[in-house]
Amino acid sequence: MTYELLCAGFGGQGVMLMGQLLAYAATIEGKETTFFQSYGPEMRGGTANCQVVISNTPISSPVLSSPQVVIVMNRPSFEKYEPMVHSGGILFVNSSLIDLVSQRADIETHYIPASQIAQEIGNTLVANLVMTGAYVERLHPIASESIEAVLKKTLTGRKEQYLALNLEAFKRGAAVITKTKEQTT
Amino acid sequence: MERVLMKGTEACAEAAIKAGCRYFFGYPITPQNEVASYMSKRMPEVGGVYLQGESELASINMVMGASAAGARAMTSSSSPGISLMQEGISYMVGCQLPGVIVNFVRGGPGLGGIGPAQSDYLQATKGGGHGDYNLVVLGPSSIQELVDLMKDAFEIADRYRNPVLILADGIIGQMMEAVQFKFEIDPTTLPDKTWALDGAKGRTKRLINSLDLVPERLEQHNWNLQAKFAQAAETELRWEEFLLDDAETVLVCFGTVARIAKKAIENARQKGIKVGMIRPISLWPFPQAPFQKFMAGAKRFLVVEMNAGQMLQDVRLAVCCQRPIRFSGKPGGTTFNPEMIEKLIWDLEEEGSK
Repeated sequence: MTYELLCAGFGGQGVMLMGQLLAYAATIEGKETTFFQSYGPEMRGGTANCQVVISNTPISSPVLSSPQVVIVMNRPSFEKYEPMVHSGGILFVNSSLIDLVSQRADIETHYIPASQIAQEIGNTLVANLVMTGAYVERLHPIASESIEAVLKKTLTGRKEQYLALNLEAFKRGAAVITKTKEQTT
Repeated sequence: MERVLMKGTEACAEAAIKAGCRYFFGYPITPQNEVASYMSKRMPEVGGVYLQGESELASINMVMGASAAGARAMTSSSSPGISLMQEGISYMVGCQLPGVIVNFVRGGPGLGGIGPAQSDYLQATKGGGHGDYNLVVLGPSSIQELVDLMKDAFEIADRYRNPVLILADGIIGQMMEAVQFKFEIDPTTLPDKTWALDGAKGRTKRLINSLDLVPERLEQHNWNLQAKFAQAAETELRWEEFLLDDAETVLVCFGTVARIAKKAIENARQKGIKVGMIRPISLWPFPQAPFQKFMAGAKRFLVVEMNAGQMLQDVRLAVCCQRPIRFSGKPGGTTFNPEMIEKLIWDLEEEGSK
């Protein structure tokens, strides 16, 4: 099984971190993974994106033409990438900052108020972890325990104070999907 | 063995250290700045030297100096910086000095842009600087391959006393993948370099120089160099054969493009197209053998590069007018995606069936 993901948003929203966390978790699990970020004169407030592939077999292309799954954190990213989602694919929308609704009937769309949830638990900066939680819960490209392990491994020293907040954000994102599942079944 | 998630540029730097390199000289340029920043942190930890030159010219000449003293030394840069280094590289060849140069190619000409490109293929493989010479040029297609080739590069450079160039691109540099380091060479255990300028006390003097004003002697020096290149051309060939056994359409791609093409080939294969790929890994010497090996079954060749058609020239020499060759290029720092390459394969298939 191969999982393709494109994450996009404003610089500063932690879009790259989302991708790196997933790639790191996949590495821990012994899976193959590639992480490729758009690079250039990116800056806080500009747009940024990264592409992640996770697989059990060697990965041919790290560049995606039409990704199976797309996460958009801001409105310009929605406008650019919503049409690119592969037919039958999945789109995750940060509905706190994007007031658009996808008109596509051939994809599955999840509206996650990621920034709002992040604010509720204490810091809008962890909106990326909320989104990661939703993504992992919906697709399980890697186990959620692996994300937790990565967070515990990387948030050490001075950063340790943010560990609980990040773990909470991840869980709250997953809970949005669990709740949707319960409602639909 | 532990797999670590690393960016291409950082993995390149770590691989150089593990290959016994203890001297890095460079000057910043996107998209390979992390090589220098990683080296600045790691070199002091292993007792090595990291030094930012005041320019690319200074940096390559520092590599030349360290190499003349017998050390494994390297530099890395991106296209415009590599152009600036050509004088020093030619001098190193003339002086018969080893060294490793990594080029994370970006779009040109001139300052160009910072997007990934393959437009320095001809500069890398046909000389680059002045004089009759070649560098062994290696083109990795993944970060793991970049890591493994770094070790080969230092060994080849020492074997022939000639610089080796790694031709990577912005994607290889900026991407992250899980890699393993399967080697760790202690530079103090490397064989003595019997030509190095390491102090002449108690032995006869040695001279390292690229100037010779006696034409006949310089001619002989050139024939000596050519003999080394001829040996390298036989010995240092590397390539990958991908799904070629029944291939009617044979793609020829190197580096990042080869990787994107694999996905396109896999997709086309699922729909019944007989397509495969020759991936040259050593770009100089260029592997001609696989072309002859699969010529009988091949109906056509398709060369895809992130430039306006450079390796294409070597493919023409290898195919030698025996089959039609189609080319598709993307110069200037733009990238193919698998869908684009699959479309090229389908277009050729439809033309062929007419």
